[in-house]
Order: sequence, then C-alpha cells, then structure tokens
Amino acid sequence: MTGAGLPWWADWLVGTLVLAGAVLALLGSWGLLRLPSFFERVHAPAVIATGACWCVVLGTVVFFSVRQGELAVFALLIALFIAITVPISTIFLMRAGLFRARQQGQDVPPHVSRAAPPGNGGS
Amino acid sequence: MTPMLSWALPLALLLLVLAMALALLRLLKGPSAQDRVLALDTLYLNGLLVMLVLGLVYGSRHYVEAALLAALLGFVSTTAMAKFLLRGEVIE
Repeated sequence: MTGAGLPWWADWLVGTLVLAGAVLALLGSWGLLRLPSFFERVHAPAVIATGACWCVVLGTVVFFSVRQGELAVFALLIALFIAITVPISTIFLMRAGLFRARQQGQDVPPHVSRAAPPGNGGS
Repeated sequence: MTPMLSWALPLALLLLVLAMALALLRLLKGPSAQDRVLALDTLYLNGLLVMLVLGLVYGSRHYVEAALLAALLGFVSTTAMAKFLLRGEVIE
C-alpha cells in the first residue's frame, strides 16, 4: 500500500473522482440490467465509456502527477482510446441488432441506403 | 494511505465489482446474442476501471498499461463478435 505523502487537496480530489467514476459505472451497469429492450439497453453502457472512464482516468492522472511531482498524462491514453473505439463497436453492435431484428420480422425501421422490397430479409 | 483514499478506493472497488455482477447477470440472462455481446463489452469496461483503481491502490503504473491492453482486447473482441452477428463470419 502506497499513497503516503499526498497533500490533502489531491487526496480529496482523487477520492471524489474515483468514487464518482465508480458510482457512474454502477449506474450504467444497472441500466443495462434494467432497461426493457435491446435498443434501449445499448445506450446504458455509454455512461461508463464517457463519464466513469474519464473520471477514473483523471483521478489517476492527478494521483501520479502529484506523487511524482511531474505531469503524468499516460493514463489519458486510455480515455482517448476508449473515446475513439467505443462508438465504433457500438455502431457495429447496433447494426447487428437491427439486422437480426429485421430478419425476425420485428417492427424496426427499414433500410435507408437501399429501397429493399418487402420480405427480402436484408442482404 | 492518506485519510480519504484509505476508504474511498476500497468503496470504489466494491461498487465496480457490483457493477460487474450486474453486467454478468445481463450476460447470463440476455434474451438475444447481441445482448450478451453488449454485456460482455460492459464487463470489459468495468474490468478496465477496476484495473485503474487497483493501480491507485498499489501506486503502480503497470496496472495502467494492463488496462490499456484490456481496452484494446475489448474493442477487438466486441467488433469481431458484432461482425459475426451481422455477417455470419468474421473475415470475409
């Protein structure tokens, strides 16, 4: 266990940021469990990828910067990477969900890119 | 440990483990395949946050690098599974 020698304001700041991140992560996961349909559930983890991730990463940056006495921005790499990749994977997952819902004949919006005849069942 | 971090970090770890348990419940119960993939992605994100908080607990930078690796693997696996659900194969 380390972390001794942190001034009180850094202690308070890191603790608040990490706790806020953990609470946001719990909220996002709870939404994932609780929302009724897939197209609503796909929104819930976004609060983890944005709010929780940025809070914990900023707490990490403050912790290592204060402890080492120099700016330690390496943890920001994680937040940047998550900010770039999570929208991509969510869009992929969303399109897979739409495709499968269309195949099962559920009431979802049709393709916009091509005017598919009814009953075609997608590509 | 400093006064606030000595109780804030274990509490944050507890909340994150609870969040992972909720995502795991959705993974086990999810009615469709895309629900399970989404729950796995959430599980990856929560695990990444746990690694970051563990890095604060032990004061080690190596956990941050492990978290970066976990982010990379999570993105690749989620994209591959979504592509599989969309097309029936990963690489065409």
